[in-house]
Amino acid sequence: MSIAIKIENLSKIYRLGEIGTGTISQDIDRFIKMKILKREDPFSTVGVINIRTEKNYADFVNSLNNVNLEIKKGDAVGVIGKNGAGKSTLLKIISRVTSPTKGKININGRVASLLEVGTGFHPELTGRENIYLNGAILGMRKKEIDRKFEEIVDFSGVKRYIDTPVKRYSSGMYVRLAFAVAAHLESEILIVDEVLAVGDAEFQKKCLGKMGEISKGEGRTILFVSHNMSAIQKMCNTSILMQNGTVIKIGDTESVISQYINQENKTSSIDLSKITERKGNQKLIITNAFFVQKDLKSNQLISLNETELHIVYKINNINIDYREIRIDIGINDLYGTRVGWFSTWNKNHNVDKNKNTLIFKIKNFNLSPGEYNCNLFLGYNDEVADFIQEVNPFTVVENDYFKTGKSIPQNQGVLLFNYEIIN
Amino acid sequence: MSEQISEWDLTIEPQSSLFDLNLKDVWRYRDLLWMFVKRDFVSFYKQTILGPLWFFIQPLFTTIIYTFIFGGLANLSTDSLPQPLFYMAGITAWNYFSDCITKTSTVFKDNANIFGKVYFPRLIMPLSIVASNLVRFAVQMLLMTIMMFYYAWQGANFQITWAITLFPLLVILMALLGLGLGLIITALTTKYRDLAFLVTFGIQLLMYTTTVIYPLSSAPAKYKSLISLNPMTGIIECFRYAFLGRGQLTLNTIGYSITFTLVALILGIFIFNKTEKTFVDTI
Repeated sequence: MSIAIKIENLSKIYRLGEIGTGTISQDIDRFIKMKILKREDPFSTVGVINIRTEKNYADFVNSLNNVNLEIKKGDAVGVIGKNGAGKSTLLKIISRVTSPTKGKININGRVASLLEVGTGFHPELTGRENIYLNGAILGMRKKEIDRKFEEIVDFSGVKRYIDTPVKRYSSGMYVRLAFAVAAHLESEILIVDEVLAVGDAEFQKKCLGKMGEISKGEGRTILFVSHNMSAIQKMCNTSILMQNGTVIKIGDTESVISQYINQENKTSSIDLSKITERKGNQKLIITNAFFVQKDLKSNQLISLNETELHIVYKINNINIDYREIRIDIGINDLYGTRVGWFSTWNKNHNVDKNKNTLIFKIKNFNLSPGEYNCNLFLGYNDEVADFIQEVNPFTVVENDYFKTGKSIPQNQGVLLFNYEIIN
Repeated sequence: MSEQISEWDLTIEPQSSLFDLNLKDVWRYRDLLWMFVKRDFVSFYKQTILGPLWFFIQPLFTTIIYTFIFGGLANLSTDSLPQPLFYMAGITAWNYFSDCITKTSTVFKDNANIFGKVYFPRLIMPLSIVASNLVRFAVQMLLMTIMMFYYAWQGANFQITWAITLFPLLVILMALLGLGLGLIITALTTKYRDLAFLVTFGIQLLMYTTTVIYPLSSAPAKYKSLISLNPMTGIIECFRYAFLGRGQLTLNTIGYSITFTLVALILGIFIFNKTEKTFVDTI
C-alpha cells in the first residue's frame, strides 16, 4: 500500500517567554552594548547566573522531538495523548500552519485540515456567503463549492436559514454549517483536531458517521486527534500514542488506547513532602497519597472500577494515641465543588499503630470522566495536624463504559452510575 | 515499499529557500482572494446605515476642510486650479495609498486567529486588502469625476492630458507601493509591537511631505528635492497632471517612484515570506 504521509526526524522547538526583547529600543540598546561596546548581552544576564546548558534547557521546549511516522493511504489514524503531548503541534505542522524546526514531512495528496470549526466565518455574512468564504479558505475552488453546495446545505440541516446572517444562528447551527463545509472538501488527506467537542450528541454522531464514510467509503486518509476514546475506537483502525513530543506507540487502536489508559503517570504525581502550603500543628503529616486500580498506581482512573485510595502518613511525635487519629479525604472537581468524601471518623475506624498506610477501598468508583483533585486532612485529638488542599490531581478518563461504542456526553454531572435498564 | 522521492505532492521542511515564493499556490487560491474582497465589501456596508455612501462622505468632508484651512486660511497655492478639485485629486490618490499601507501593516495581527488555524498562501490576505481598497478608490474616482464635470461646466481652467493613459500604471504603483511598505511593516510588527503605533501617525505626517495640499511647483527650490524623495510625490504629481493638467511629470520623478516601489515590493514580499513561516509561534 502506498504512503500518504511520511514524517522523518520531525522536531519542533518553541521558545518560552518573550520572543526577542520586545521593543526596538531594547534591541538597539542590546546591539550597541554587544557589538559596539563589546559588553555582554544585557538581556541574558538579568537576574540569573548564565549557565548555558541550564538556560537553554529552561528557555526552549521540545514540543515535538524526533518524530518518525508513516501513514498509509486510506488509513484512519487516531492520535491520542495527554495535553501537551505534541498532538496539536504535529497536526499544525502537517497543515502548514507553522513550520518545523528540524526534519521533514512528505505528503502525497491534497491536505485539508480542520483544526477549528468555522475558521474565517464572518458573522455579518449569510450562511450561503459563508459557505463560499469558508470553502475557499479551506482550499476549494468556487466551481467545486458550486457543485457541492446543495449537498453541504443538506448535511448541515440549516436550509431554512441559509440566507440569514450567521450571527443570528444558534451555536449549534453555526457548528453544523461549518463542519458541513469541511466534510465536503475534496482532499485525499483530512486532518481533524478535536472539533467534535462542540455540537450536540446527534450532530457528533453524524460527523463521526461522515468521517467514517470518508475514510472507509472514499478511501481517504484521516488523522484524528481526540480525547474521546470511544470516537477514536469507532473511527480509527490505527492509532498513535504520543507523550512529551514523541510517538511512544503505533498500532491497532485497541492496544494503543489500553496502553494510554493504563499508562503510569509519573510526571504529574507530586511529592507531597515538598508541599509547604499546609495547615495544622504538623504532629502528624501525610507524606503521600495515590490511587491504585487493578494493581496499577496511576492518576488516570477508569470509572466504575474498584479503586483504592492510599494514604501514607508519618508520626513526628512518638507518644501518640492512635485512637485519636482521624483521616479525611475530600474530592473536588475542577470548579472546586466537593464531589465526594471519605473519612475514618464516621466509620469509627481506629488507625493501626503498626502501619503507616491507610487505604480507602472504593468498590464502585463512579465519577464521570473529567479532572479532579483531593483535599487531604489528618486530625489528631480534635485538632488539625495536617491539611493540604487541592493536591493529587487525577483524571477519570473517557472510555466506552457501557461497551456500546458511545462515550458519556460532556456536562452530564460528576457521577457515573452503573445502571441497568428494565423494560 | 518503494521510495518515491520525486513523487511527493508536498514536502514540508523547516527553512525553505528565501526565493521560494510559491506564486503558483497564490494563483491556485485566486478564488479566495475574490471571496475576501467580497467579504470586506459586503460586511462593510451591512454594518452601516449609510452603506457605501461612507465612501463619499470621508473624501468630501476632507476636501471641504482642506479647502477651508489650507486654501482659505493658509492661502496655499493650488496651481490656479479650483481648490476643491486640487485637494480632491491629492486626497483620492493619497487615500488609496495610505489605506493600502495601514491595512496591510496589521495583516498578521488582525488575522492571527485564522492564520493559526488554516493554511492558505498568506500573501492572499494583503493582496485582497489592496484589491478591496480598489473599490473604495473607484468610488472616490467617481466623486472626482463628478466634480470635474461640475467645474468644467463652471468654466474652470483645467484640462485632461495624454498622461491619463498612465492612469492604470499609477494605480498599480500606488497599490504595490502601499503593499510593499505594508508587508515590511507587518513583518516587523510581529516582533516589535511598538511599530504599529508609529504607522498610524507616521502615515499622517508623511502626507505633509508630499504634494497633497500644495503643488510641487510652489515649493521652494531647496525643499523640492526633499519633497521628491517621497515616492508618492511623483505619483500624485503625475496623477494631477493626467486629470487636471497641472503638476510636474518628468521621467526622473516617475522613474524614481517606480524604482522605489519595486524595491519596496520585492523586499516586502521576501520579509513577509520569511516571517509567515513562524509568525504563528511568535505573535
